[in-house]
Amino acid sequence: MSSRLRVNPIACDGHGLCAELFPERVTLDDWGYPIVDGAPIPRPLEQHARRAVDACPVLALRLQVLTRKD
Amino acid sequence: MSVSVSRLLRGLHSDGRPVDIGEHLHLHGPLPGRVDRGSLLDAVELSGLHGRGGAGFPTAVKLRAVAGRRGRKVVLANGVEGEPPSGKDKVLLRYVPHLVLDGVEVAAHAVGADQAIVAVSENATAEAAVLQSALRERRESDRVGIGIAAVPDTFVAGEETALINAIGGGPPRPTATPPRPFERGLDGRPTLVQNVETLAQLALIARHGPAWYRQIGTREEPGSALVTLSGAVRLPGVYEVPLGTPLRDLVDEAGGPTEPARAVLVGGYFGAWLDADTAFALDLSEASLGAAGGLLGARAIVVLPEGCCALAEVARVSRFLADESAGQCGPCVHGLGAIAQVIASLAQGESREGELRVRRWLDHVEGRGACRHPDGAAGFIRSALDVFADEVVLHARGARCAGRDLRMLPVRRRRERRAA
Repeated sequence: MSSRLRVNPIACDGHGLCAELFPERVTLDDWGYPIVDGAPIPRPLEQHARRAVDACPVLALRLQVLTRKD
Repeated sequence: MSVSVSRLLRGLHSDGRPVDIGEHLHLHGPLPGRVDRGSLLDAVELSGLHGRGGAGFPTAVKLRAVAGRRGRKVVLANGVEGEPPSGKDKVLLRYVPHLVLDGVEVAAHAVGADQAIVAVSENATAEAAVLQSALRERRESDRVGIGIAAVPDTFVAGEETALINAIGGGPPRPTATPPRPFERGLDGRPTLVQNVETLAQLALIARHGPAWYRQIGTREEPGSALVTLSGAVRLPGVYEVPLGTPLRDLVDEAGGPTEPARAVLVGGYFGAWLDADTAFALDLSEASLGAAGGLLGARAIVVLPEGCCALAEVARVSRFLADESAGQCGPCVHGLGAIAQVIASLAQGESREGELRVRRWLDHVEGRGACRHPDGAAGFIRSALDVFADEVVLHARGARCAGRDLRMLPVRRRRERRAA
């Protein structure tokens, strides 16, 4: 089962920890808000993704488990 | 030859009073008695009706989504129309309220709701008053409890989730989805949010059936539609025409242009600019406009004359759209604000350097909000940079713009931002 990163743009305050912890999939725009690549995350990177999700101070980031439909 | 039709806008009075219940029944006949829900949903599907609020979602799909939920359901008729260049929903509410209310009843039956609310903007006092007296006229016969709610007069208030928040007593701001309104809407109940024109069309489909509905329009986009036409035309206003009508015919219907046209805004402030020559060769359908990079949206169309400073118009609307952000999502708040500032400096001829930055920022705001506000604004601004590329160069060279700021594109005055 693979997963992808999703950000709740209302909750996000642009702390930017996610981009530091998971630069493979998260970059920051000119105002410091994360631009998240929503492509499925390969297994070797899952640990990084999880760390980024856990580090978000406002819980704006989550891992969405992809079902066959997605 | 006239291209107007009068399916929705039928029997209007020249003195502006609304069509009353007696006249309404005389014009359209009564709604058919209880039809079973399945046949009604099938009829809507066969009609090919799409939502008329701008997003164009298939109505039957939306109805079925709510119909398939458990629990007490509610219908929310969206008559907020926060977009300054659009007036069609207000026209329906003000002149043919019973057609909208019939549509509410039909929709309620289709999804199995016993309660409905018609939402209007808080400054649409005339429309609310007409609705009130229309409801009194039909109280006896109504099978659904219908109420009226007024919500703050903002651009975003008409967005589904913002509307639900506002009616629930909260600020008119969108929420993150899912859950979508059909899953959890007003008071946590499955909620059908439907534009008032969609509902009025539904009232006609319930009476006359899908085959009748498809007699006009195109195969893919059947039926009639309300268009709000403004700008450099002799008779600006709301017109009902078959979908697929050539834009040129609509402009002729409105008495023709008052002066040579430079460009046409299609789809309102979430729409796109097209060169006048391009636009006038197209039809009023998503297929035709879409192929040229435009869109039909909620069908607010503005004809911009040559004598007008396009950049001044675009700058004013860009600022308005930035100010009308709900203020929740970083890219929308900061991005649209920064973009509006650069567009203003482009209009003042300060430099052209900003253009590339704006184009990059447009990519950065698109798709990054909880709602479609940043996406819609980005489309408007990007198309402006494309269509008015010559004007941008001219302004940057310091050449005096021959155009004046004619204020063809209306905006509401800037509101004080309410504290969160």
